[in-house]
Amino acid sequence: MKTIKTCVTALISALLVFSPVAYADKWSDQFPHIKATGDIPGDCSYESMSKKNYKGKTLKINTHAVPVMGEPTALHAEQFAKLTGAKVDVTHTPAGDLYAKAMVPFQAGQAPYDIVFGFSNFINDWRRYLEPVPKKYVEMKQMKDVTPSHIGVASWDGVMYQFPVDGDRHYLKYRKDVIDNPKYQKQYKEATGKELKVPTTWKEYGEMAAYFNGWDWDGDGEKEYGSAEVMKKDDLMYAAFYSRSAAYSKNPKTPGGFFFDLETMKPLINNPGFVEALTDWVAATKYVPPGGINFGLGDEIGSFGGGQTLFSFSWDDAFVAAMQPDSPINNKVGAAQLPGATKVWNRKTNSWDEGFNQAPFFVWGWAVGVAKKSKEKEMAFDYLCFFANEANHQADIGIGRFGVNPFRNDDFKVDVWTQIGWDKDIAQSYVDTLAQMEQSKNRVFPLRVPGTFEFNAALATAAAKALAGQLSPQAALDEAAKQWEDILNRVGKDNVRKAYAVGVAMEDNKQ
Amino acid sequence: MNFKHKFVFLFPGLFVLIGILIFPIIFTIRLSLSGWNSYTPEMNFIGITNYIRLFTDDPRFWESFFRLSFLSVTTVILQYVIGFALAMMVWREIKFKRFFRVIFLIPMMTTPVIMTVIWRTFFHESLGPVNDLLGGLGVKPILWLSDPVIAKFTVIIVEVWQWTPFMFLLLLAGLLSLPREPFLAAAIDGASPFRKFVYVTFPLMAPISIGAIIIRLIEASKIMDTVFVLTSGGPGTATETSSFYIYIKGLREFQMGYAATLSFTYLVIMIISLTIIAKVLTKLMIKE
Repeated sequence: MKTIKTCVTALISALLVFSPVAYADKWSDQFPHIKATGDIPGDCSYESMSKKNYKGKTLKINTHAVPVMGEPTALHAEQFAKLTGAKVDVTHTPAGDLYAKAMVPFQAGQAPYDIVFGFSNFINDWRRYLEPVPKKYVEMKQMKDVTPSHIGVASWDGVMYQFPVDGDRHYLKYRKDVIDNPKYQKQYKEATGKELKVPTTWKEYGEMAAYFNGWDWDGDGEKEYGSAEVMKKDDLMYAAFYSRSAAYSKNPKTPGGFFFDLETMKPLINNPGFVEALTDWVAATKYVPPGGINFGLGDEIGSFGGGQTLFSFSWDDAFVAAMQPDSPINNKVGAAQLPGATKVWNRKTNSWDEGFNQAPFFVWGWAVGVAKKSKEKEMAFDYLCFFANEANHQADIGIGRFGVNPFRNDDFKVDVWTQIGWDKDIAQSYVDTLAQMEQSKNRVFPLRVPGTFEFNAALATAAAKALAGQLSPQAALDEAAKQWEDILNRVGKDNVRKAYAVGVAMEDNKQ
Repeated sequence: MNFKHKFVFLFPGLFVLIGILIFPIIFTIRLSLSGWNSYTPEMNFIGITNYIRLFTDDPRFWESFFRLSFLSVTTVILQYVIGFALAMMVWREIKFKRFFRVIFLIPMMTTPVIMTVIWRTFFHESLGPVNDLLGGLGVKPILWLSDPVIAKFTVIIVEVWQWTPFMFLLLLAGLLSLPREPFLAAAIDGASPFRKFVYVTFPLMAPISIGAIIIRLIEASKIMDTVFVLTSGGPGTATETSSFYIYIKGLREFQMGYAATLSFTYLVIMIISLTIIAKVLTKLMIKE
């Protein structure tokens, strides 16, 4: 009898212990995308969605081209359709046209799409046409895990308009097998008298990149280069410039604006801090691969991810691509915060403040909202909630080409990354880098004001002229500042100030 | 049937004309007088503010226009010379004439955007095969897309490759339609091939040449896809053309009103300049 009791107890215990796995398997069998974790219980899990019935209803989505964000959108649309019976139409649009493709019907009072994907810095222009995320989703468990920075990025004046599906920031990526290599450390010391280490300033970054430029340092028979950067005009290059400028221009002693002085609304982009950054950047054209001056984001990801350069800095994608199992530099890369500077411009005293300064740039990333005029709002929010549920999110962030990057506190755990094959020390450097950025009190957030596109385009054109040698850094930024003044006059200083104050409050840690 | 009845039959054509030609132009003019953009989502009326901005404070548009003039004139001259030479070649009785005629037309039959992507790959400075081949011959890598001067010539190469067949086709059709008598007379007079070309072929081909050049100039002045894919107007603004700039202002920066101003001004300039070019060409090439 005792034996039977023991057996029954063991059986019940085994069922209790393994039931979540068995439950998870039920969904991962049908949806291999979540094979690693199975379904994870929650309000928008596979199990929960399977109880919804949207048969006979159609959801229309405009998203980016495949693969970045376009591929996960289509994949989760297919899964959502299978679970709920809905018909989901997904339209893929090139990145440069996402804004206009949604904005034209928005302004015409139409809603050809229930869900529109774009960049998080569209928020100010789009918010009047987007439905705020309903309270029940904002208060869900999966939303509670989103970092405060990314809640801020998705919200405007405390109202969430964009459903968090992605988290973005710029940080440094480097070839760990080179920087940590004693042979190269000795060689570099002999040649330059300096230590070869993870660069903490842009000057160090430039020196190391120049040294490791144009020779075969990884023994693959091909030349390698110093740095891969997004330098192509109209291809997000202004984001790269802001990243380089933050260390020289974001002074924690002078709150009240990075792009403009919030009081006077005078553009700050031609101050000596920005000029110093652009001067560094012009010098960088000498240590990028041939043609690097025309690198867009895709080229940068391919170049660094393909093992062509020592350094890179931009979104997570290049790092995750480099860590894919099929990458030639898998587990040979490291992450660190963006380099800093040994001085920072003080606009109050009109002089340089000496001392180390570093400022993380929380660049815009993918964002998505539901059209106010949509007739299928509930289904649309359910889809987005399903897209970002724990199981999907964990699977998505490990696939570089998906463009889904960490934005939840749980993502900053080493185990999440070692489970998908990353070396522990690399995973540690990655999560430490992201966590340090979250904790920083000297952050820069993207410009999110009326006319954002005009401001960024004017800056990009000027910076591109400097990189191409058409203008000096000072002349280029003076030209951009003059154009910013013109845009301010067209849009209205007060309109821009009101919107800019929201971002400044985040930068000044008041929100 | 009186006049009124005849007029009724004209209505369908007139409606189509108004719908597809007149209305878009009138709409563009109206749009150009508005400040429609991302933060003013309405067709308000701001008078000629956009035109004042264009003529007093937008050197980038004029730079892009002069760059466009250089690119389109250069490409069309090259297309004309090469197209004429190829047409002359297959006009004669040569072996595999039909094969060559088809081969010469292939670039025109390909999709411009796709072919430009392939050219971009060819000219990629670190990964493309062109610099690899040149490297094999001991030539240093050429900055096809990142040098402000060379990038313009790269655009010209791609445009000439893509559209020379069009010129070839028109000129070959012209050559095939020429009367035989002047050539027989020239042969009887013992004219050399060069003199035959200068005094017979070229003058007879002048009206067709003018037509072909004008058609290509109109097309070349709208160059957009090649620039968009190959260089995105860069490096800097070195290859930015008017249509690319208008696209940036309208669909990237969403300055719809101002982009309409640029479009309409560009249309007027093109109508005037192409009319002048046609008259000058007629004067130069057709001797009474």
